[in-house]
Amino acid sequence: MSLRDSQFGELKVPLTWTAAAALFVAAIIAAAFLLSDRRETLEAQAYGAARQATDTVAAPVGEALSAPGRWTGAGIDAIRGYFFAVSENRRLKTELKEMRQWRDVALALRNENGRFRSLLGLKTDPPIPMVAARVVTDARGPFADTRIANAGREAGVKVGNPVMSEYGLVGRVIGVTSGASRVLTVNDVASRTPVMVDRNNARAILSGDGGPNPRLDYLRGQDPVREGDRIITSGDGGVLPRGLPVGFAVKGLDGKWRVVLASDKGPIDFVRILLFQDFTQVINRTELDQLDVPPRTPGSPEPVLPAPPTNPAAPAASTPTGVSPAAAAAAVAGAALATPRPAAAPPPRATTTATPGARPTTTAAATAGTAPKPPAKPAASSATATPHSAAAATTTPKPAAKPTTTATAATVKPATPKPATPKPAAAKPAATGPKKPAAAASDRPAEVRSEPYRNSEPPH
Amino acid sequence: MVQALVATILLAIPIRLFGLQLPEPIFAMPVVFAWAVIRPSILAPMGILIMGLFMDLFWGGAMGLWALSLLISYGVVLSARTMLVGQSQPMMAFWYAAATALAMGAAYLIAAMTTHAIPSWRAMGLQFLPTVLLYPFAHRLIDRFEDADVRFR
Repeated sequence: MSLRDSQFGELKVPLTWTAAAALFVAAIIAAAFLLSDRRETLEAQAYGAARQATDTVAAPVGEALSAPGRWTGAGIDAIRGYFFAVSENRRLKTELKEMRQWRDVALALRNENGRFRSLLGLKTDPPIPMVAARVVTDARGPFADTRIANAGREAGVKVGNPVMSEYGLVGRVIGVTSGASRVLTVNDVASRTPVMVDRNNARAILSGDGGPNPRLDYLRGQDPVREGDRIITSGDGGVLPRGLPVGFAVKGLDGKWRVVLASDKGPIDFVRILLFQDFTQVINRTELDQLDVPPRTPGSPEPVLPAPPTNPAAPAASTPTGVSPAAAAAAVAGAALATPRPAAAPPPRATTTATPGARPTTTAAATAGTAPKPPAKPAASSATATPHSAAAATTTPKPAAKPTTTATAATVKPATPKPATPKPAAAKPAATGPKKPAAAASDRPAEVRSEPYRNSEPPH
Repeated sequence: MVQALVATILLAIPIRLFGLQLPEPIFAMPVVFAWAVIRPSILAPMGILIMGLFMDLFWGGAMGLWALSLLISYGVVLSARTMLVGQSQPMMAFWYAAATALAMGAAYLIAAMTTHAIPSWRAMGLQFLPTVLLYPFAHRLIDRFEDADVRFR
């Protein structure tokens, strides 16, 4: 029976009103979607199944569609390189000559920084592994500025990981799926990045507005920013590691300080996703988790300590990729250069490691379930006493990435070996041990550091 | 509708021509304007809802932002349909630009409320201008289907 012959065949309704009713229903549905969306929270659980499915489909489609463009670009570059080889060669020679001078300066500064760090006993941040990926889609509207990169959950990428191009910070990962990650660029209206001015450490928040130059908000003080100041990430809040290049400060037409992004120097084609989550990514997590409990006072109840968690970064051991062998070789050379310094310290190191080894045995008697671990600690610690970067490679779950990340210029993790001092704050009595051989060249800094108010000379 | 979505996907390719990125117009806008002018329809709002949600998912914006903005623009054009029908092409282009501005204005307000930040006017202008240049597609749709149903002539 057709509709015309049914009881509804003669039903007449004003189409305009029914269309308005359908419009109203659709608007309600859209408003419900809008109210339930939590994209601006940038939380892992806010990225729903629909978005993940969309990214999973969009990534290979975008990759296939962008392939002809990439091939064309590569062909044009090859032809241009052929015809302009002579002028390019001349330009590169001039640039190389200039860079050689900077190389000598950089080497001298690196050595000087290394000496200062060892004198001060500074703990440098551990190098961060990274994953290389290619941008396959690009949304650049005023209300959404995101990219899709073709590396996802299988590469160890997680929500919150910073993303960098060869020139500077691009954004952060806001959604991860199998084979794809969505990157929220710093231009996006929902993007907020804690940054600082390299010149004077003035803090600010880099707020995107959909335009090409995000704003610097919450600046404090008088003239905290000048034209041309280098802007880097501050690391505040543990959102991003410190020191990632962001751009340079300029005064906008509206009178507000804005940033010309370093990543705008070139097309954002290949990116590196730093597998950084927070500052608890340390080299030896098990050692850090060993709680140093003071001896029990008589009559006090027996303390119950939580079991140390397993190392969460273990699955990412095989993920870091995409770095040239030259960079790895340079990092290995750097690690080899670092070998002699800790090698001079083994005897005191052995005594130092014996001390934390003795303490945990006393505390192990007081705690439950930690007795088997302390005897292994001195052995583990002595294994880490030899070149720290090599030890870091053996103890961290991301060994392959460590030399590569330390050699990459865009990362801010210097390739200097960490000073051989124990991490926990409770290990302060043992901390004077390794510092003594490090300060063997001059006892004054060690004395000043350990007891600044006793041995420090009056200022001249 | 499918052509508009395919065009949206194609222009999301990260390609630079002479150092400049491709524009990102709202390909759904000509479809929204044309559907509202041609005739009232029960399916049109659902189609616009689907297009808007697709754009939000694909571009990574807030879910429902473009869906609601396009529906608001569709509703206003639908309510003023009797006034728009039969006007000259330049006037229709003007009304199309006004509908586009209305949709982007709604999206601006929604984005400002959800992100607590003011989007850039320059970026909005860079999306508004290429969207307005898509009017010939809306005109072609209207010219082809406007008189197809005699009830709405």
